[in-house]
Order: sequence, then structure tokens, then C-alpha cells
Amino acid sequence: MSISARAAIDSLSPGAPGDEFADLDVRRDFPILTREFDGHPLVYLDSASTAQKPQVVIDALAEHLRAHNANVHRGVYTLAQEADAAYEQARARIAAFTGADAKTTIFTKNVTEAINLVAYAWGRTNVDAGDAVVITQMEHHANIVPWQQLCKERGARLRYLEVDESGQLDPTQLDRELERSDVKLVAFTHVSNVLGTINPVAQMTARIRAAGAVSLVDGAQAVPHLPVDTAAVGADFYAWTGHKALGPTGIGVLHGNAELLDEMPPFLTGGDMIASVDFDGATWNELPYKFEAGTPPIAEAVGLGVAAEYLRNLGMERVREHEEALTAHLLTRLAEVPGLHVAGPPRAEERGGIASFTIEGMHPHDIAELANRGGVCIRAGHHCAQPLMRCLHVAATARASVGIYNTPAEIDTLLDTLLAGREVFGL
Amino acid sequence: MDDLYRDYILDHYKRPRNFGALEPHDLEAEEHNPLCGDELSVQIRVKDGRIEDLRFDGHGCAISQASASIASEELKGMELEEVGKLGADWMLDLLGIPVSATRRKCALLNLKVVRGAVSGDRDWPV
Repeated sequence: MSISARAAIDSLSPGAPGDEFADLDVRRDFPILTREFDGHPLVYLDSASTAQKPQVVIDALAEHLRAHNANVHRGVYTLAQEADAAYEQARARIAAFTGADAKTTIFTKNVTEAINLVAYAWGRTNVDAGDAVVITQMEHHANIVPWQQLCKERGARLRYLEVDESGQLDPTQLDRELERSDVKLVAFTHVSNVLGTINPVAQMTARIRAAGAVSLVDGAQAVPHLPVDTAAVGADFYAWTGHKALGPTGIGVLHGNAELLDEMPPFLTGGDMIASVDFDGATWNELPYKFEAGTPPIAEAVGLGVAAEYLRNLGMERVREHEEALTAHLLTRLAEVPGLHVAGPPRAEERGGIASFTIEGMHPHDIAELANRGGVCIRAGHHCAQPLMRCLHVAATARASVGIYNTPAEIDTLLDTLLAGREVFGL
Repeated sequence: MDDLYRDYILDHYKRPRNFGALEPHDLEAEEHNPLCGDELSVQIRVKDGRIEDLRFDGHGCAISQASASIASEELKGMELEEVGKLGADWMLDLLGIPVSATRRKCALLNLKVVRGAVSGDRDWPV
């Protein structure tokens, strides 16, 4: 990593906790927040979709490309060694951030690719006809479709844990599923991208392991917002993505169980993932390189390493405290809007900083369009969770989600746009 | 007055014309808006090569519902051959409001489903 980016990290001053909203005082670190739209300051409430980037990450990416760019794992020259060191330092930082081992921390393109890696490399060798894969109704399409494809191909069954009216799973249903003893793998999200529900991941992975099954946790909405120690979570596979965690797009992370990773065949094959290639075949490189075919996203890894360091310096406990307070404020204010219904657990402490909602008489697209008039960015749609939308008996919802840079005043601005929007619709 | 959510748009949204089921019908089709998962279907009765009557069914945002409602009034009596040739501009002109690039599909979903029913063309109108 570059000297200037490192200096920038060392000089980070995340600000002191203090007022009731545990303000993290980081807004000046995010240059995009100075933008205005039609005279309205940007109010970015779509961090569940992708997070904004702090200057240190932007600088680290640019500095790597400007001063340290070379391919990794090939060159003997000094510049290539710098690139190697930067790439592996990023991996070490990222692994340390989530309590994982660098050797079993694999860089992928995103969570979707990480889950596909497991569904192909582990799934195609371990799931057979008559076996079952269990997922939940609250999954993102990324944690549904790879399992549907696997089960179709292998003649296995795909079963779903149900989501109750408060947006939570029933732990006894997991127990009942595991008792059927055909379950090979259980895949579930750490934090729901629609409901905000924080699942009791450690309890679930312990039960799954005790039943002899393998667990995969989608941590896309958890790692950027909660203290996550993957060793404590105890999943065999834990996937998350860089761009939701203040890092660049194009880089995801898969932490895997070393024993399983060793036994698995590679997923993508080609350059860099081999030990040697002959005319008749090849042998595989050691972990984690066996699962990183081709030139990896080097600058993106460096950027994500800096993002992880930035979050670590802030302290994930403080991040959570800040976002939980914002979520409580968000839920309180949303409750003031007539005809507005929020999906998911009722209390902020039970959820991540995500609130999906509907307003009677207004389609979510129109809600988002009208929020945009006040410079407020919220999402509308099915949030890549169409099966869950069916459970909620809606086609779409509007969704506001918070990040470290949001303030209570921004949530108040959202409220103003929602109330003004209702007036436009004559409600 | 709001540029996008004009009175007539909201009127068509809240009281969509020609919505429901049409029995008997000769043609039908159903489409999804991939942006939001909204569904829209149409049933069409044909007489002498023209749309004698039609009904849309489904749910969606104000733009998609109003577009379908407004289009339905124009489509009645139109020759099938003419319907197959209708392009995006026909719908957008009829709608008469500035539709952003991301909402374009909301406005054009009804035309897509009608053209699908009439000519089997599943492409987005251009």
C-alpha cells in the first residue's frame, strides 16, 4: 500500500463519541457528500445497495495504480514485488478485520461469485440425488439461485426456512430440518437486505455443524455494519463484498473452512491457480490461490484493505452504536407517516440499519421518485429478494438504509419528502 | 403543479380505465417490469382486424398504471397491424410528461405487453 494512503489512515481522526446519536464525525472523509441535486444536499440512504467511499480508499486506489501497479505472483522486479506485497497486505488486513485466517480468505468478484464458488466447487462434489439444501425465505437472489441450480442439476431438494410476521426465522424449524438427516448444507444471510433482521448466526452454525451439515453465511449486510468475528460466527463459508463496506466494486471475500477448501476442486480454472500444468492436466496451487484464477482485482483489494482498516480504526462497536441509534430514529419517524408499514423486526436492536416500507396509495417507485426531489436517495423495488416479497404480499417496497456517514437530520429530510409526496398524491 | 404527477396522471392511476378481465378474449399476454417486479397483463378481443375491446390487469407505479390506462383508450378500435408498429414515442407523447431514463420501462410496459399479445414481439418498444 502507498505511503500517502498509509499516512492518511494514520491521521484518521474518527471523532469522539458523545452526543445521543453517537455521531462518528466522519462526513468530511466522504467527498461525495458535498454534492447537491437541484439545490438539495445529497442525502444518501442507500448504503445497503452500495456504500459511499472515504477519501483514503479513493486515494489508495489511485496511488496503487499511479505508483505500484504491476501484476501479482509473477514478477521478480521490484515494482512487481511492491504489487505483491500490497495485495497480500490487503488480504492480511481484511482477514484480521473479520477474525479470519489470510490463507483461507479468498478474493472473489462479489458475494454472488463467492456463493457460486461454493455451490460449484463444494456443491457439485458433495450434494447428490436425495440430499437436501436448506436456505431461508429472506435470502437475496445471490443466495437462492445458485442453490436452485445445484439442486436441479444433482436431483437434490431445496427447502426454505420460513420467515414469521416479525421478519424472523424460527430456530425450531432449523432443528426439524436438520433432524431429517438429508441436509448437506444450510445457507442463510447474517443480516437481511430487506427486513434488516439480524439472524442468530453463531447458534445456527453450531446446530448445523452438530448435525453434520455444512453452513454458508451471506455477510454482505453484516460486515460493514456490525462487529463480525468469523471465527465466532463459526460458519464453514462466510461471504461478503467490498463495495458495501466502503471499498471498491469488483471485489468480494470468501472465508472458508480450510479442511473443506483443501478437499474441494477449484471453481474457475486457468492462470495463477495452478501449481503446474502439463499437456494432460494440472495440479492446483495452495490456498487461497487455488480459488483465484486469472489476474485478481489487485487495486480493488488494496482499496478494500484500506476500507477495512478505516472501519477498524473507527471501531465496529461504535459503528453499530451509531447505526442502531439512527435506525431507532428512522423507525420512530417512519411511524409518523399515515399509511406507512415497515417490514421486519420492530426494534432497532434486532435489526441492521435497513427499513423497507410501503405507503398505502403510493407505489414504491413513486415514493423513491418523490424522495429524489429532496436530494434523498432511497431504493425501490424487490431488492433482489422476490421470494421474500411474495411472503410480504407485495411486489416491491421502498427501502432506506443507513451508513456511518448518515445523521438524524438526514432522516428528518427523508420524512419531509415522504410527507410532501403523500400530498402530491392527494393522500 | 407537479411536472410528473399531473392531475390526469394521478386520476388515471387512481381510477385506471379498462382494467380487469375481458371475457371472451382472443389475445392475451403478460409481462414483468424487471426493475421492480411489477406485473401487467392484457386481454384483447378482436373484430375485423381491429381491437374491439381490451382490459389490462396488474399492479404498478403511477407511471405504469396511468400509461396503461391512457393507452387503453387509444388502442380501442386500432387496427392490429397498426398496433404492431407502435413505438416508444407514441406512448411517451400520449403520456405527455417528462419520463426519466430509469422510469422509461414503467411507461412502456403496457405497450410491450400489448405488442406481445398482438404480434408476439417480446422486445421493449424503441
